[in-house]
Amino acid sequence: MLVWSRAGRILAWTAAALVFAIVYGLPIGVIALASFSGQWNDVLPSHLTLVHYANALRGDSAEQAQVSIVTGFAASAAALICGSWAALALRNLARLPKRALDVLFFVPSAVPSVSVGLALLVAFSQPPVLLNGTRAIVLIAHFVLISAFTYGNVSAGLARLPPEYEQVAESLGARPFYRLRRVILPLVAPYLIAAFSLSFALSMGELGATVMIYPPGWVTLPVGIFSLSDRGSIFDASALTMILAISTLIVLVGLSRISSKASVR
Amino acid sequence: MTDLSVASSPASPRLPNDVWAAPPLLVLAALFFYPLSLILRQALFGDEGAFTLSHFGEVVGSPLFLDGLHHTLVIAVSATAGCLLLGFILSLVIAFVPFPGARLVGRLIDTFIALPTFLVALAFTFIYGSSGLLNESLMRLLHLPLPPIDFLYSQWGVILSEVTVYTPFVMRPLLAAFSLIEASQIEVASSLGASPLRIIGQIILPAALPALIAGGSLCLLLTVNEFGIVLFIGAKDVITLPLLIYDKAIQEFDYTTACVIAVVNVALSLGLYSLYRLAVAHFAGSRAGLV
Repeated sequence: MLVWSRAGRILAWTAAALVFAIVYGLPIGVIALASFSGQWNDVLPSHLTLVHYANALRGDSAEQAQVSIVTGFAASAAALICGSWAALALRNLARLPKRALDVLFFVPSAVPSVSVGLALLVAFSQPPVLLNGTRAIVLIAHFVLISAFTYGNVSAGLARLPPEYEQVAESLGARPFYRLRRVILPLVAPYLIAAFSLSFALSMGELGATVMIYPPGWVTLPVGIFSLSDRGSIFDASALTMILAISTLIVLVGLSRISSKASVR
Repeated sequence: MTDLSVASSPASPRLPNDVWAAPPLLVLAALFFYPLSLILRQALFGDEGAFTLSHFGEVVGSPLFLDGLHHTLVIAVSATAGCLLLGFILSLVIAFVPFPGARLVGRLIDTFIALPTFLVALAFTFIYGSSGLLNESLMRLLHLPLPPIDFLYSQWGVILSEVTVYTPFVMRPLLAAFSLIEASQIEVASSLGASPLRIIGQIILPAALPALIAGGSLCLLLTVNEFGIVLFIGAKDVITLPLLIYDKAIQEFDYTTACVIAVVNVALSLGLYSLYRLAVAHFAGSRAGLV
C-alpha cells in the first residue's frame, strides 16, 4: 500500500481509471460502435445497423476469415512441433553451444516482418525453389515469424521443470522416448498450449510479411481489413476487425481453459 | 547421472545430443537464414551479379532513406519513452494502490498484446481523425468551422498509437518486478514518514530498473519494426523504414533498393535485440548473484 489516505487512494484510482478508459477502453469501444453504425457524420452514429456484419459473413470477407484461421492453425502447429523439438534438443546440450543456438532460434522474432516477407520473396522467386505466388509462402512466413515465440515459451516451461522427475523416471528404467511421452510432455503441456495460442494470435494479426507475399487467392483477414479501410469502407473494416479480435480471443480463452485444466492434473 | 541408469537396456547406439538439434536448425536455416542472406546478396550485387557498393551508397545517401531512418528513430524513441512512463504509472497503481479487480485489469491489458496492432490505428481515425469523435464534438461545442485537432496524420499519431499498443510489453515485466518488492519495506518507509514520491524514488524505482530496461529495449525493438500502424494511419510524410521497404518492393518493384533498406533495418533490429538480450542477461546474472 503506497497511498494511505482514503482521498489519496480514490484520487489515484480515478486518475488510473480515466487513463485506462481513454487509452484502452475508448479505442475498443469506438471500433465496436463503428462496426454497428450506419452513418457517422455527427458526434455519434445516426443509426445502428448489422449490415457490416452481414457483409463480413459473406463473399470475400468470409473467405478471408477462413484463410486466416487455416493459416493460423497450420503455421502454429508447425511452429509448435519445430519449437518444442528445438527446446527439447537444446535442454541437454553443454552451456556454450546451448546459448549460441538459443540466440539463433530467437533471432526471427527480432527481424522486422516486412524484411522477412521481402527475404522470402527474393529467395523463393528464383531457383532452386519457386514458391512465389503460392499459399505455401504465406505459411512459411507465418511459421518463421512465430517460431521464436513458440520456442521461447516451451523452453521457459522446460527450464521451470524440476530435473528430478526425469531422473527418477530414468532410474526406474524408462527409456528416453517413454520419458518424453509420459513425463516431460504432460508436465510442460500448459506451456505447449500457451505457446500454441500465442502463435495463433500472432498469426491471425500478422500483416507486414503477408502483405509482401500473399497470392491473389489467399488473402488473410488483416490484408482484407487494410484494403477495405484503404478503399474507405471503414465501417466494414471495423466489423471485420471486431470479428478478428473476438475470434482470436475466443481461441485464447478456450485454450487457456484447457491449459489450466492440464496444469491442475 | 546417466551412468546410474543401469536398467536402461540393450546397448543401442545412442545418438549424441547435438544431433537432435539439427532438424529444427535445418528448417530455420532453409526458411529464414538462407532467404535473409539473399537480401544481403541482392543489396550488394543487384540484378547484374557483380559486386558493387554503388546501390548501397546511392540508397543510403538518398534523402528518402535518411528521412525514413530519421522518422523511424524519432518514432521508436518517443513511443518507447511514452510506454515506459504510462506503463510505470499504471503498474504502480495496480501493484501498490490495489483495488478489487486490479489483477483482472492487469490481465485485460495483457490480452491487448494478442490483438492486431492496426486495431488501434483504425480506432484512432474514428477518435482523433479530422471528422472523428473528438473533432466533431469540439467543432459543435465551440462552433468551429475546421477540425481543431490535427495530429493524427503526423508522426504524433503514429507515436500515440504505438504507446497504446506497446505499453503492455512494459507492464508485464514491471508487474513481475513489483510483486517481488516486500510490502513491509514500503510500510516501514511510509510509517517512518517517507512520502509516496520518496518511496517511489528510493525503493520502487531502483527495484524496477531492470524491468524498465528490459521492457524498454523490447519496446524499442518492436517500435522500430512496426509496420501495421504506420500503414493504417497512412500519413503521407511519415515514412518509416519498414514502410519504405514495402513501397519500394511492392509498389515500385525495385527489389535492390528494398533489399538495401532491409539490410539496414535488419542490422538496426539485431543491434537493438542484442542490447535487449544483454540487458536481460546482465540483470538476471546480478540478481542470481544477490540471492
